Amino acid sequence: MIDTLRLTAEDARGLLERREISAAELHGAYVEAIAERDGELQCYLRTCEEPSGEGIPIALKDVISTKGIETTAGSRILSGYTPVFDATVAARVKAAGLSVLGKTNTDEFAMGSSTENSAWGPSRNPWDPVRVPGGSGGGTAAAVSAGLAPWGLGSDTGGSIKQPSALCGNVGLRPTYGTVSRYGVVAFASSLDQVGPVAKTVRDVALLYAIISGRDPLDSTTAELPEAVALPEGDSLAGVRLAVPKQVADLDAIEPGVRAAFESALETARELGAEVGECDLPLSYRYGMPCYYLVAPAEASSNLARYDGVRYGLRSVAGSYDEMVEKTRDEGFGAEPKRRIMLGTYALSAGYYDAFYGQAQRVRTLLVREHRDALEGFDAIVTPTSPTVAFPIGDKAADPLAMYACDLLTIPSCLAGLPGLSIPCGLSEGLPVGLQLIGPQFGENGLFRVGHALEQALEFDIVPERLR
Amino acid sequence: MAISKEEVLHVARLARLALTEEEVERLTEELGAILDAVSVVGELDLSDVPPTSHPLDLVNVWDEDEPRASLSLDDVFANAPERDGDHFRVPPVGT
Repeated sequence: MIDTLRLTAEDARGLLERREISAAELHGAYVEAIAERDGELQCYLRTCEEPSGEGIPIALKDVISTKGIETTAGSRILSGYTPVFDATVAARVKAAGLSVLGKTNTDEFAMGSSTENSAWGPSRNPWDPVRVPGGSGGGTAAAVSAGLAPWGLGSDTGGSIKQPSALCGNVGLRPTYGTVSRYGVVAFASSLDQVGPVAKTVRDVALLYAIISGRDPLDSTTAELPEAVALPEGDSLAGVRLAVPKQVADLDAIEPGVRAAFESALETARELGAEVGECDLPLSYRYGMPCYYLVAPAEASSNLARYDGVRYGLRSVAGSYDEMVEKTRDEGFGAEPKRRIMLGTYALSAGYYDAFYGQAQRVRTLLVREHRDALEGFDAIVTPTSPTVAFPIGDKAADPLAMYACDLLTIPSCLAGLPGLSIPCGLSEGLPVGLQLIGPQFGENGLFRVGHALEQALEFDIVPERLR
Repeated sequence: MAISKEEVLHVARLARLALTEEEVERLTEELGAILDAVSVVGELDLSDVPPTSHPLDLVNVWDEDEPRASLSLDDVFANAPERDGDHFRVPPVGT
C-alpha cells in the first residue's frame, strides 16, 4: 500500500530502483488517489490513466504543451486545443522517464492568485476546501499537497509558483529567469514567465530543477547553468547570512499569524547558526506592484493577440473576418485576460507608451539595482511568501486590486529576474504559511542549501491535517 | 485617473475585442481604479535610467545553421477551425 500523501519523489525513486514497486503500480496509486479526492479538490483538468514512462509520475500545469493531450491554459479560447508537439520542459521530463499524470488547473493564461479565473472553475485548498489553493498554479500545488502527485511543474510570472506553494504548504521554486526553457509554454508575459518545480521537499525540487533546467536551442532567452545542481545536505546554517527587508516590519498587509510564523522561522535559522541582518528595498514595495501591472499586461496584450480564431482554438460564427476575430476574442477570453489585454493595450498605445510602459521599464531597472545592492554581503533575502494564508473562495473575486495585492511580496524579485524558493514554515489559523528565500541570479544551489536546513529543523508536516 | 468610455471603446478596437455594453461599463470603472494604482510610477524622475526589457545580461550564442524537419501540413492544420486544402479558411475579408 503506497501512502501517496507522504511519499516524496525521492522515496518513489528508491522504491522503483529497488524494484519494490513497478512504475505502473506507482502511477496507478496516484490515479486511485485522484479518483478518491479530486472530485472535491478539482486539481486536474485532465488525467492520464496509463503511465507514459518507467519513472516517477508528475503533474504538469495546463500552460505546458503536451503532444496529444489537450492543453487549454485554463481558457475557453483554447478548449479542444491538442498540441502537436511537446514543450521543451515536457520533453525533458519524458526523456527522464517521468510519467505524466495529467494537466493541472490554472487561472486563465496564468493570470490570477487563486485559480478562480480558470474557465473550468476553481481548484480547492486541501487544508480547507472552502478556501483557494492560491494561483495561478493552484492545481499543481493542491495536487502535491493532497497526494495526487509526488511533484509537478508550475509557471511563475509574478508569484504563480511560490504563492500557491505557500498557501498549500509545499515547496516551490521560481528559477532564475532564463534557466528553464519557455518553448511550448503558453505565453503570458515573456520577460517574466518562468517554469519551475513544486514538490514536498527541497531535495525533490532540486532534483526536478536539474531535469528541466539548462540552455534550449529553441528558446533564445535561455542560458546554461554556471554550476551543476547540487542536492542539498546538512542541517547547519553556520556562516549563512540572511537579510530581512526593513520594509517588512511596516507592511500592514501581512497578517499577524503569518508574521508570527515567519519570526519563529527566523529564530530557528539563528539557532542553526545563520546570521540574520537587514536590507533595504524601499522602491520594491512601493513601485513593484505598479511596475508589474504595467509590464505584465503590456506583454500579455501582445502575446494574446495570436488568439484570433484562424489557426487553432475557438472560432465564433460571424459573417466577416473582422467580426469573427472580435467575437471569438470576446467570447473566448474571460474577465481577467480581457482586463489585462485592455490595460496593456492602453499602456502601449500612442500618447501613453512613455508615461506607462516606458516608465515601468525604467522602474524595473531600479528594482534590479536595488536587489543587487540588497544582496551585497548576504546569501539570501527572506520574507513571508504571501501576506495572508489561504482565503475563502469568492473573497477577492470581485476586486481586481485586492487580488493583485496577494503578490506584493513575490513580485519585486520576479521583476529583478531573481530565483525564489518558498518553503512551508508553520501554521496560522490551521493553514500553512510560506517563507520566501530570494537569492542572486543563478543562486539556486544556495537557496536549496538554506531551504533544506530550515526544512529539517522546522519539521513542518506537509500532509493537510484533515487528510492525516 | 479616470478613463472615459470613449477611450475604453478605442482601446477595445485596438485590442480587437467586441465588448458588450455591460463589459464596457465595468471596464471603464475597473481600468480607472487600476490606472490610479499604477500611476505612482510617474512620481519618479527616471530620465537618466535606462529601461530593462530583459533581466539577464545575455550575449549572442551562435548555432550551426542546420536544417531541421518542421511540422507536416497535417500537423499544422490539426487544430484549425476550418481547413481548405493547404489554406486556413476564414469568413470574407473586407466586406
